[in-house]
Amino acid sequence: MTQPILDLRGVHKSFGPKDVLKGVDIDVAPGKSLVILGGSGSGKSVMLKNALGLMTPNKGQVIFDGQDVTHDQGKTREAMRARIGMLFQSGALFDSLTVWENVAFRLLNADRMSRKDAKEQAIATLKQVRLGSDVADLTPAEISGGMQKRVGLARAIVSKPDLIFFDEPTTGLDPITADAINDLIVEQTKALGAAAVSITHDMASARKIADEIAFLFEGKILWRGPASTVDNSGNEFVDQFVHGRAHGPIQPAI
Amino acid sequence: MSNASTTKRKSFVNPLQWLGRATLGMLSEVGKLSVFTSQVCLASFTPRWYLSQIFRQMIAIGFYSLPVVGLSAIFIGAALALNIYTGGSRYGAEQFVPNIVVLGITRELGVTITGLMLAGRVSAGIAAEIGAMRVTEQIDALKTLSANPYRYLYGPRFLAGIITLPLLVIIADVIGVMGGWAVSVFGLGFDSTTYLRNTLDFVTRNDVIVGLIKAVFFGGIIALMGCYHGDKSSAGATGVGRAATFAMVGAAVLILAFNYILSSLFVEFGL
Ligand SMILES: Nc1ncnc2c1ncn2[C@@H]1O[C@H](COP(=O)(O)OP(=O)(O)OP(=O)(O)O)[C@@H](O)[C@H]1O
Ligand SMILES: [Mg+2]
Repeated sequence: MTQPILDLRGVHKSFGPKDVLKGVDIDVAPGKSLVILGGSGSGKSVMLKNALGLMTPNKGQVIFDGQDVTHDQGKTREAMRARIGMLFQSGALFDSLTVWENVAFRLLNADRMSRKDAKEQAIATLKQVRLGSDVADLTPAEISGGMQKRVGLARAIVSKPDLIFFDEPTTGLDPITADAINDLIVEQTKALGAAAVSITHDMASARKIADEIAFLFEGKILWRGPASTVDNSGNEFVDQFVHGRAHGPIQPAI
Repeated sequence: MSNASTTKRKSFVNPLQWLGRATLGMLSEVGKLSVFTSQVCLASFTPRWYLSQIFRQMIAIGFYSLPVVGLSAIFIGAALALNIYTGGSRYGAEQFVPNIVVLGITRELGVTITGLMLAGRVSAGIAAEIGAMRVTEQIDALKTLSANPYRYLYGPRFLAGIITLPLLVIIADVIGVMGGWAVSVFGLGFDSTTYLRNTLDFVTRNDVIVGLIKAVFFGGIIALMGCYHGDKSSAGATGVGRAATFAMVGAAVLILAFNYILSSLFVEFGL
């Protein structure tokens, strides 16, 4: 078996008295696409932030490419982040910068590329996500939500990472735009040969981009299997979620 | 209902507990602020520097504050001259107006008014901007793109604050004195040349330096309070609004407190 690019071992995270993650175990093989399903507030974003080192687990380990990076800081942390791309749930584009400066942010700052080269590379990457060079000089506030997701995607892939996180890439988009984003995710991760971890509640999106699906419930990974088996997982919790029923073992979060 | 009344009764019955909690809360706040301040200083005074960010902030903090600083200074100078004239005339000491105006402006009012105006304009603005970046995950995004927010966001604002405030204060001093001059010459019948000569003869280098040293501290306070409250801002429009209010009030109070502390130190050292 090949060494996983990312491996979470027994990750716990709580905020005050509230336990959000209670021992998450999950690993991602290089070049594979893993989708994590889970209800609103189940801790999916918190899990990604722990994996990225934006939060530190209370207990457990985060292993990236064979290295324990749980408590890394400074240079070693940055070396890890240079190999990871992230598409944030809210887009998180820098609104004081133009679209191309957003895409080229790592090239301009961490890699100290010249503005001219960085802009060229940013425009080429924008083209890969089907955005023309005419948007390059606009600010994020001047483009639509779907375009912002594309820019976020371009920013995540511009430095050719080995692992990309997608936090709800299709929420807030119409079904057609959402499907176009799904296509782009599949196309670009395959082109880079990168592993992908995506979070979603959108089953259509999950079926399209996943090699494997995992289900996060009450702070643990409750089920995991190949994407094709999600409809007959034999797990009543997964069944209820996949078919979107209000009645079943899971109580709606309202 | 019963729940609410129990909590109410508890806090009423046990004021010591409340006092203890408030004290602990304040101590932990001071601790957090100190850690934040030392991290910002470290990021400000060691490479790497984002020069374009520093420049951008100097424009935002310094240049765009010129109108508000100029207007406040001219009115304060004018009011000061009027009051000194009224007070001084009780002892037949009207001729000291230029001396006291320039002393009051350079040592105290020019820098304090500039600091307080910027606590509103700049501190609250920084807190709102950083707070919005925090809640829209832009600060997390910076980190994932290997840019340290202390170097990229907070350091440049801090440096811009401590560099531009003294410059603004020099301008405020000049405009403030001119406000006093204008009232005295056009309203109170002073001779223009005599007034200006008295001003220049009276003011010492130390008077100006005292104001500029204060300005460096106030510039730091203004930037730090904005960054600190923005950075720990909680989600939502209310969170960001609260961050802006806390930054403004915090900066204003700290400026007045430091003004007193620094003034007494200067007295101690005969400056
Ligand atoms: N910084 C934080 N401080 C305190 N609590 C937090 C923090 N971040 C997240 N939480 C809590 O952790 C829980 C999980 O949040 P998270 O954002 O991971 O949910 P999610 O699964 O991503 O939900 P959604 O699908 O709505 O995005 C929530 O109850 C939230 O209140
Ligand atoms: Mg989330």
